[in-house]
Amino acid sequence: MKFLQYLIVGILFGIIMTKSEAISWFRIQEMFRFQSIHMYGIIGTALAVGLVVTHAIKRFQLKTIDGDAIEIRDKNKSYFRYILGGTLFGLGWALSGACPGPMYTLLGNGFSIFVVVIVSAILGTFTYGVLRKYLPH
Amino acid sequence: MIEFIQQPWPWYVTGPMIALVMMTLLWLGGSFGVSSTMRTICSSVGAGKFVSFFDFDWKAQRWNLMFALGAIIGGFIASNWLMSPEPLQLSDATVAELLELGIPFNGGFLPDDLFSWESLKTGRGLFFLVGGGFLVGFGARWAGGCTSGHAISGLSNLQLPSLFAVIGFFAGGLIMTHLFFPLIF
Repeated sequence: MKFLQYLIVGILFGIIMTKSEAISWFRIQEMFRFQSIHMYGIIGTALAVGLVVTHAIKRFQLKTIDGDAIEIRDKNKSYFRYILGGTLFGLGWALSGACPGPMYTLLGNGFSIFVVVIVSAILGTFTYGVLRKYLPH
Repeated sequence: MIEFIQQPWPWYVTGPMIALVMMTLLWLGGSFGVSSTMRTICSSVGAGKFVSFFDFDWKAQRWNLMFALGAIIGGFIASNWLMSPEPLQLSDATVAELLELGIPFNGGFLPDDLFSWESLKTGRGLFFLVGGGFLVGFGARWAGGCTSGHAISGLSNLQLPSLFAVIGFFAGGLIMTHLFFPLIF
């Protein structure tokens, strides 16, 4: 039952990502060239509503469906990992035109080549795990 | 009704809907962070035996794998039944600049040349598909999250680290687009 709920939210997410065109390599290029409000509008309005939702959850101590407190954890305070990791992520984002959510969604859209992109991203994740102790955080 | 859904959805509709996805995940007891699924996948195939970073109770994260599976199914549903026959309305300036690089706009989501199995046989294709995917996976884990975890969830929670991560995302994207693309193409 629990898994079915997450599956349904995932399906809605896949539909929204497709209909928003945020899964488009062309739209990501348009964003990095500052030539349309489209992607900034999506991220901006998501953030605006997200701010209200997150604030409301904390302010009114809203509960989950099971009656537990909703836990929104703070990120670890540091700088290196966010700037350096973020920059590598951005280099890859411009190349593949997709962050992880759109990678899955594009596969569902019938672009089978995204199997290669997803496997590469998993390999990247694994490589980070191996090298983690040598990297600044 | 179906025609209504099939027309393109404006950004001021889809953006808030993404926030509602985040809210629903929190309400179910999860959280909105897609790149974490890739760490979970590594762990589920036994990477924890060799690398401590993957030695955690991955079964507690199975809900996120279901979410990712849903995203695949959602993409399938949308592409088969919910799409407008009209081409994507990309800005003329982007169309012109990409054409100069030798990437014609086809009205769809992706440039055909780069995102094909044929493309894997070329160095450029490998760089975009394998290199791009690898950097996204590596960078997301180093930064502790991707667009969903930092740009949406983290910034919504006023997390300064997420702001650094998002600045990094854009720095990397701008460097690749404006410095490296002219060299690659």
